[in-house]
Amino acid sequence: MSVAEFVAMGGYGFYVWGSYAACALAIAAEIVVVRARLAAARRAAGGREPSQ
Amino acid sequence: MNWFRFASPASFYPLAGRMAPWFGGAAAVFAAAGLYIGLVAAPTDATQGEAYRIIFVHVAAAWMSMFIYLVLAFWCAVSLMFNARLAAMMAQALAPTGALFTALALVTGALWGKPTWGTYWAWDARMTSELILLFLYFGYMALRQAIDEPRRADRASAVLALVGAINVPIIHFSVKWWNTLHQGASVSLTSAPTMAAVMLTGMLLMALAAWFYSIAITLTRVRAIILERERHAGWVGEAALAARGTR
Repeated sequence: MSVAEFVAMGGYGFYVWGSYAACALAIAAEIVVVRARLAAARRAAGGREPSQ
Repeated sequence: MNWFRFASPASFYPLAGRMAPWFGGAAAVFAAAGLYIGLVAAPTDATQGEAYRIIFVHVAAAWMSMFIYLVLAFWCAVSLMFNARLAAMMAQALAPTGALFTALALVTGALWGKPTWGTYWAWDARMTSELILLFLYFGYMALRQAIDEPRRADRASAVLALVGAINVPIIHFSVKWWNTLHQGASVSLTSAPTMAAVMLTGMLLMALAAWFYSIAITLTRVRAIILERERHAGWVGEAALAARGTR
């Protein structure tokens, strides 16, 4: 199978890659947003975090 | 070891921080294997051609959308019954990820429906009940946002989430109860799956990846929520007590 064939997905490239891209983008965005939220919460806590 | 110790948000916070990277790592490994099988190793489907490869993400997202709602409802029940703060925080942390997977199930389903059924959307029982699930997640989050006092928000949103849980069995059985455009289940606990072993393997690997990802992201989000809600709880004293105490 060539790269061009792989990308074309038998003519369904838009639908297949669209689905995978939507999932990848959504998950990447969620990771960025959640990490930023935790970082902001840690800054606001000013080093006073629970640790044991 | 006293496990109830971890029911306290301050005790759970560092534990969640230690666990999240392991679940995130497991998600990456399973996703890499699942993507390889789904996109490369699995053969072309005889009737649907390459379009069927969408199911590897679609089924994982759809399963997670329902499963996360059940877990959210479980934590809501625990928070109501035992007045448990951490349980309410877990429910709060699960909702955005559940909504995300519900939206992805709808989007990938539409992208699968267009080439196979000829339409992005139909008001069929499976799709409509999945759309209602998305609105339930939105409603849960909006209700939380609308109430300033966190403990009152916990209780009100928990009741909403528990009432909405009736929608999950409706989604699950919709393909049996109604004559839907959406196909019936290819995988069930009671009968052999009606699909090739390699396709099933890819699907299960992607589902496991989605599972571990959901755990990792929820643990990370719940840490942020614990800090946001309990900033003024005086952990310094609490941690000092624990160090002297019964650990």
